[in-house]
Amino acid sequence: MGLSIMEGNEAIARAAIHAGCRFFAGYPITPATTIYQNMLRFLPPLGGICLQGEDEIASIGFCLGAAMSGQKAMTATSGPGISLYSENISFAIGSEIPLVIVNVQRLGPSTGSATRGADGDVQFMQWGNSGGMPVIVLAPVDVRDCYELTVWAFNLAERYRCPVFLAANKEIAMTRESIDLAKVKLPDLESRRYCDENKPFAPFEIEQGRKAPDFLPIGGSRLVRQTSSTHGEDGYITVDTETIARTQARLLEKLTSTVDDFTFFEADLQKNAKTLILAYGVTSRAAKHAVKVLRQRGQAVSLLILKTLWPVPQRLLKEQLACVDRVVVVEMNLGQYVREIERLCENTQVVFIGQMNGELISPQQIMEVV
Amino acid sequence: MTNLLNKKRPPAFCAGCAHDRVILALDQAFGDQGLAGEDIAMVSDIGCSGLFDTFFNTHAFHGLHGRALTYGTGIKMAQPELNVVVTMGDGGLGIGGAHVLSTCRRNIDVTLLVLNNFNYGMTGGQCSVTTPMDAQVSSGFLNRLEPPMDICMVAAAAGAPYVARCSAYQKDLALQIQKALTYKGFSLIDIWGVCPGRYTKRNPLTPGQIKERMGELPAADGLVTQNQRMEYGSHYRKVASGLEQAPDAVCVERSFDPVFEDRREVLLLGSAGQRIVTAGEILCLAGMTGGMHATQKNDYPITVLRGHSVSEVVFDKEGVGYTGLDNPCVVIALAPEGVNRRKSKFAEFDKDTVIIRAAGIELPDCRARVITVDFKAHKIKKTDWALAALAVLARENIVITIDMLEKALTCRFKGDVLAAALKLVHTNFKILQKRQN
Ligand code: SF4
Repeated sequence: MGLSIMEGNEAIARAAIHAGCRFFAGYPITPATTIYQNMLRFLPPLGGICLQGEDEIASIGFCLGAAMSGQKAMTATSGPGISLYSENISFAIGSEIPLVIVNVQRLGPSTGSATRGADGDVQFMQWGNSGGMPVIVLAPVDVRDCYELTVWAFNLAERYRCPVFLAANKEIAMTRESIDLAKVKLPDLESRRYCDENKPFAPFEIEQGRKAPDFLPIGGSRLVRQTSSTHGEDGYITVDTETIARTQARLLEKLTSTVDDFTFFEADLQKNAKTLILAYGVTSRAAKHAVKVLRQRGQAVSLLILKTLWPVPQRLLKEQLACVDRVVVVEMNLGQYVREIERLCENTQVVFIGQMNGELISPQQIMEVV
Repeated sequence: MTNLLNKKRPPAFCAGCAHDRVILALDQAFGDQGLAGEDIAMVSDIGCSGLFDTFFNTHAFHGLHGRALTYGTGIKMAQPELNVVVTMGDGGLGIGGAHVLSTCRRNIDVTLLVLNNFNYGMTGGQCSVTTPMDAQVSSGFLNRLEPPMDICMVAAAAGAPYVARCSAYQKDLALQIQKALTYKGFSLIDIWGVCPGRYTKRNPLTPGQIKERMGELPAADGLVTQNQRMEYGSHYRKVASGLEQAPDAVCVERSFDPVFEDRREVLLLGSAGQRIVTAGEILCLAGMTGGMHATQKNDYPITVLRGHSVSEVVFDKEGVGYTGLDNPCVVIALAPEGVNRRKSKFAEFDKDTVIIRAAGIELPDCRARVITVDFKAHKIKKTDWALAALAVLARENIVITIDMLEKALTCRFKGDVLAAALKLVHTNFKILQKRQN
């Protein structure tokens, strides 16, 4: 047993291969480029496909075509690319196309700073597409999370047939870090359920008790229809308001009702602590450090590191927030996820620490407030 | 002959719409080739032509405006045996221009039928990239300012190996489509037709006039001789089959006891070309041979051949938490660019910080202990200073030992490069040790 060293982006690429991803398309953009470059190293020799699109729209378009042809597909970009993905993300949500989207966040707005980190797209990933349906967003803290959560991202994309974001940050994705690969805990791999051979197939038919329709690939022996238009079970445009309402409700419910099954977090709770520090992504590392020092100084403080950001894991949050008088939300932006916390707090005071200057929030900054 | 028309969903275009003719010709082309529905994927764009996929019993994919070629490309790469037919109007052609050009250049085995009726039918007859300047359309005077584009000329210039211009009214349309379908590579047919719903009311256009106008343009009747080459997917698979699998991540075994127990930070300051990032990585590996966890953060301008190069390395046995630098125990200063980049930090360094400085490099005022090394005097090349500085670090026994450093080099390098690196480190270690004694 020993240690390996790799940046978060390499871990994401290696994990994708492990998860069975055999199709990647992307457009180079700092700080996500090395995911593409690693996939280009890994995929073609395995018989997989790695393409460089003429732009981000083409890249995600390739992925959607491949995903509907049966592939586990992934794309990776940063904020400016997510903007260009937007319309196709709505498509993947509404038409239930499994896809893993890595957003290696950099400092925005707009082209912003290519080589500076931030967590400025946290609301954008959820709401930056038309229709207002939920998406899954997982936020890694370190290189090990990059590995584990990427595999989870594929599992969830397959299970619920939806796009899943990995909300990385330049500070994790391009920081090299040692990792004990033997200690990485990977889930069993999941794949979308195929329609039984003996059953008639309608591309959007939902079996009782199931969250997502059974799948058959475009190019298989039975005909498959996919469409970005509002559709019925048969995959044709529908104007039937009942069908439309039922589908919309299901798209909402399939993720919001199941989020407890994929709420990833780390809780380091201290009895009698009146303050809870809540952080996600790279900022959690400074928070951990701060908690250690504060406790050495005799201060009781709890820490909650959230790794599933969307849908908001309300049950977990409400439980934890009810135990303290004060929650200190720390994030690398000027106040985004704190909105979700505020709406969940009844009697708990919410304190916010944010920064958007391209630098990490330091343990010192957190300690000063706590 | 099989018929792939979807009996449950007959075409529902305006009376007299040219799309009806193309549907029949396309079905005939499928039939003449003996294709079954599962052999075909119809990928449609937005607009009236976006309905095409629903009229056939084939695999179907209907997506966003202008992006049909991107989905078709993904499908074809994933399912190489499938016949992928993309339909789009002159609207899709305009909004998806980048994809059209790229697909021509890529030469993937997909057939694109451009249903060219010189306006946006579905949204009310606005001008498109193919609207004549003298046409009356719903875009007011705007179409009088921009000449129409000849998609056939554009496609050929962009590298399409098969480009044909057809009229929806020509007798052999099915044959023309079939020729495009069987071409192994990207094929595009620019099919001219009328849109009675929106366009021809104000712009009378007969099949005869279409033929006449087509005749005024340069001919496009199939093979583009200068663009013949291997199809993208086949080429891709051929090249990929010869590639070697990427190696697994290197694993560094713990071979030594660590030099320290707590968190340690090292800051490397240099300039482009000094191999600062490589030295940072070797330092990490060296620490890892002592069982330490490590992180490395690099900072260099996008113009990689110029300016500063800074690497920040943090060690911690339990795993590194905060990856920022708080209080480095060692600073390696090899170039003014790097020193400048972090000059505000120097005031914070305390007396326990050791700075390994290349002779001649000016440092801002600070309380740190400075070790100056005259690399030039030892005839060490500038590109090797960073590695040599690690040997100095090993001599000081602050973070790593010389054994760790040597072990790290064997993890990172092979052959001649390794031999040279080991020699460099070893010689310097000796020289520098001697100097110290
Ligand atoms: S609007 Fe034009 S293109 Fe559309 S169906 Fe009517 S005639 Fe055909």
